[in-house]
Amino acid sequence: MSAPFSWIRSEPWGVHVVPADCWVDPGRAVERALVTHGHADHARGGHGETIATSETLAIMELRYDTRAGTTPVQYGETIKIGGSVDATFVPAGHVLGSAQILLEHAGERVVITGDYKRRPDPTCTPFEVIPCDIFITEATFGLPVFTHPPIEEEIGKLSRALSDHPDRCVLVGAYALGKAQRVIAELRAAGHGDPIYLHGAMEKMCQLYQDHGVDLGELRLVGDHDKQDMRGSIVVCPPSALNDRWSRRLPDPITAMASGWMRVRQRARQRGVELPLVISDHADWNELTATIDEVDPVETWITHGREEALLRWCELGQRRARALALVGREDEDE
Amino acid sequence: MKAFAALLDALVYTTSRNRKLSLLADYLRDTSDPDRGWAMAALTGELDFPAVKSSTIRNLMKDRVDPVLWSLSRDFVGDTAETASLLWPGGNSDVHPPSVAEVVELLANLTRASAPAELPKLLDQLNPNGRFALIKLATGGMRIGVSARLAKTAFAQAFDVAVEEVEEYWHALDAPYPELFAWAAEGGDPPDVSNRPRFRPFMLAHPLEDTVVDLTDFAVEWKWDGIRVQLVRVAGQTRLYSRSGDDISATFPELLDAMPLDAVLDGELLVRGSQQGGEIGGAASFNALQQRLGRKTVSKKMLAEFPAFVRLYDALIVEGEDLREWAWSKRRTALEKLIARLPESHFDLSSLVEARNFEHLAAIREGTREDAIEGLMLKRRDSAYIAGRKVGLWYKWKRDPLLVDCVLMYAQRGSGKRSSFYSDYTFGCWDGDPDQGAELLPVGKAYSGFTDAELKKLDRLVRQTTLNRFGPVREVERTLVFEVAFDSVHSSKRHKSGLAMRFPRIHRIRWDKPVHEADRIENLRSLIRD
Ligand SMILES: [Zn+2]
Ligand SMILES: [Zn+2]
Repeated sequence: MSAPFSWIRSEPWGVHVVPADCWVDPGRAVERALVTHGHADHARGGHGETIATSETLAIMELRYDTRAGTTPVQYGETIKIGGSVDATFVPAGHVLGSAQILLEHAGERVVITGDYKRRPDPTCTPFEVIPCDIFITEATFGLPVFTHPPIEEEIGKLSRALSDHPDRCVLVGAYALGKAQRVIAELRAAGHGDPIYLHGAMEKMCQLYQDHGVDLGELRLVGDHDKQDMRGSIVVCPPSALNDRWSRRLPDPITAMASGWMRVRQRARQRGVELPLVISDHADWNELTATIDEVDPVETWITHGREEALLRWCELGQRRARALALVGREDEDE
Repeated sequence: MKAFAALLDALVYTTSRNRKLSLLADYLRDTSDPDRGWAMAALTGELDFPAVKSSTIRNLMKDRVDPVLWSLSRDFVGDTAETASLLWPGGNSDVHPPSVAEVVELLANLTRASAPAELPKLLDQLNPNGRFALIKLATGGMRIGVSARLAKTAFAQAFDVAVEEVEEYWHALDAPYPELFAWAAEGGDPPDVSNRPRFRPFMLAHPLEDTVVDLTDFAVEWKWDGIRVQLVRVAGQTRLYSRSGDDISATFPELLDAMPLDAVLDGELLVRGSQQGGEIGGAASFNALQQRLGRKTVSKKMLAEFPAFVRLYDALIVEGEDLREWAWSKRRTALEKLIARLPESHFDLSSLVEARNFEHLAAIREGTREDAIEGLMLKRRDSAYIAGRKVGLWYKWKRDPLLVDCVLMYAQRGSGKRSSFYSDYTFGCWDGDPDQGAELLPVGKAYSGFTDAELKKLDRLVRQTTLNRFGPVREVERTLVFEVAFDSVHSSKRHKSGLAMRFPRIHRIRWDKPVHEADRIENLRSLIRD
């Protein structure tokens, strides 16, 4: 038998599962890929075979070229890959279909979280803690300054801006996959029954969520309506459209953005955001650290974000840890 | 503290001057005394709590957060106050936050020794936004793009009073300005400021451009190259104010001591030398004056090396008599009489320029050899002293090259030996009346025309007033005016301002000039000779 955990290797473009010759969230086209969720820094087209939850596959089909083989799996289902590796997809609570992947080989257990969060989210299945030897965690918000406030507070800010300015609209920049649908669903949960207007680029993903049973209420396309109709309404667009010419068709919009980065003033100002909403689909600092404590792995590998601080936290708690240098995983536009 | 913290935050996220004004005005109307007065003082930088420094905050954090985690966080956030507000082990609730007044009282009573024990008690009562506001309040330097001028304009807007009046009273009163609010907000009597030194807004000139004036109606003076000041003595107390109304008394103590009578005088502050106005009794170049500006205390050596004096232009008030309604010529006579009573060592009179007619005057202007003279001032002989810039009364006729006052907007790191300095500057002009909510539009870029010492000072200003970072470029708070020299200006479709300058360079850094007095795009446009 070879050295412990030598079957799992970190390469710049992804995690390589050697005995099964497959990759987790590879950044380039490979023969066989396990994909945690549909965001572009984890999922891409062109793989020979893509193994992911059926929701993730549906999202990938919408966004990337996945015409080659796809193998759908259900949460909790274990499949055997390459004869000697068992892979189990476990909910990550990040976006619709998002999964952690548990890999078992020769009695050793490795969990790759992909992106995850611990807060309840009406649009996806909640995160589950799985014991393991190596815990490969994300660290997008791996700095102690990132503590996400309760979402009710942020939704409250949004509603208040709307009622304070009945002649304007509130334009919310939100990542088209996940964040947008979550903000809409949370607004619905808070009793906001009015139609919500969408930038054209959001339409298909919202439809996909609705087809998967997520109730988003009445949605309308900005392009189908007059400026006047949208006074006093919420409009959701991708972050890139916030300060775009496109927004000129809206009635004097208050620019909002829903993102964990909004915790830091400079970040909000760079985006020209007037109403920052600290809403994140990633674990905040306290959740990242609490999760490591709960999982209590032998070793923690950190990817994807601000590794140094989390590494330091592990060191202070005498936990074994290392940072993986994965390419293309910087500052997700979440 | 809740409302104040919310105001700060809203100001941080607002770039439009109009929205800032209405945010401030709403706050002033909705908040009670004395909180709103303290808030105004805090926003305009008039509060100083010497016991609390940025290092006090860093030391507090050292005891509470791992130093590595602190510095990683601080680097990411880019601001000590904000980082501390987020990392303070307090949590998110603020059930009974203290009022601004309570905070100010506590901070004012802190000593270096008591601060480390007392500040945490305050921080514990606040949520992150409140903590941010508290730390900004305590350490000064709000850097949220609110100038004193903006605050006064907002005050005037909130209570529908004239901004000139606000300006007059403001400088004579102390925070939290109860008399000011009693007058403006509650309809009480105007504050009685008769026995307190205060600033009167300056009378200003328009550029002459193509206007031709008749010299029988206009008197002519040199435009000296120093800084415009107002010297005020009331009931034995003397103050020196800069153009923007800032009290610069501490920087020029010798002038305060030399003022022998109660009066309000308008003149040019200069340093002795031989470059402006002759070998004997003349003035040095602006660079010499620069050595004295901006210092909080002055050494004996400085006083001896760069002795300051005021070259008088006008008298507003003399021994209780208000001359501002008088015609300029009558005020001039009074000033000429007054000068005999002022010590020669610290005062002289700005002489009049005699010309036969306008053409002759143009020739005099062209022939001026003294580099340090900025040009000519033309003053209507019958003009009363009216605050602000009223058309047709006073003109300034600057010498070539073309000069325009611009506001610093962005700075970029230089290359070569300047690579560690922000040495490339983008500046802008107003696209309308800045007091009516005009915005700045970039008009040009320059990287020359300043000394190494000035570069260091500029670099520090850029770092201290950064609003945003875009790669190597920093957007800065609008606080600094450059007098930009350029050869010509042309219309250009490529620029948002619609024009492009040829060979712009920094002619002079106007540390003293308020940004709302910078030029408008239309002034620049009128110079287009395509
Ligand atoms: Zn993701
Ligand atoms: Zn990600």
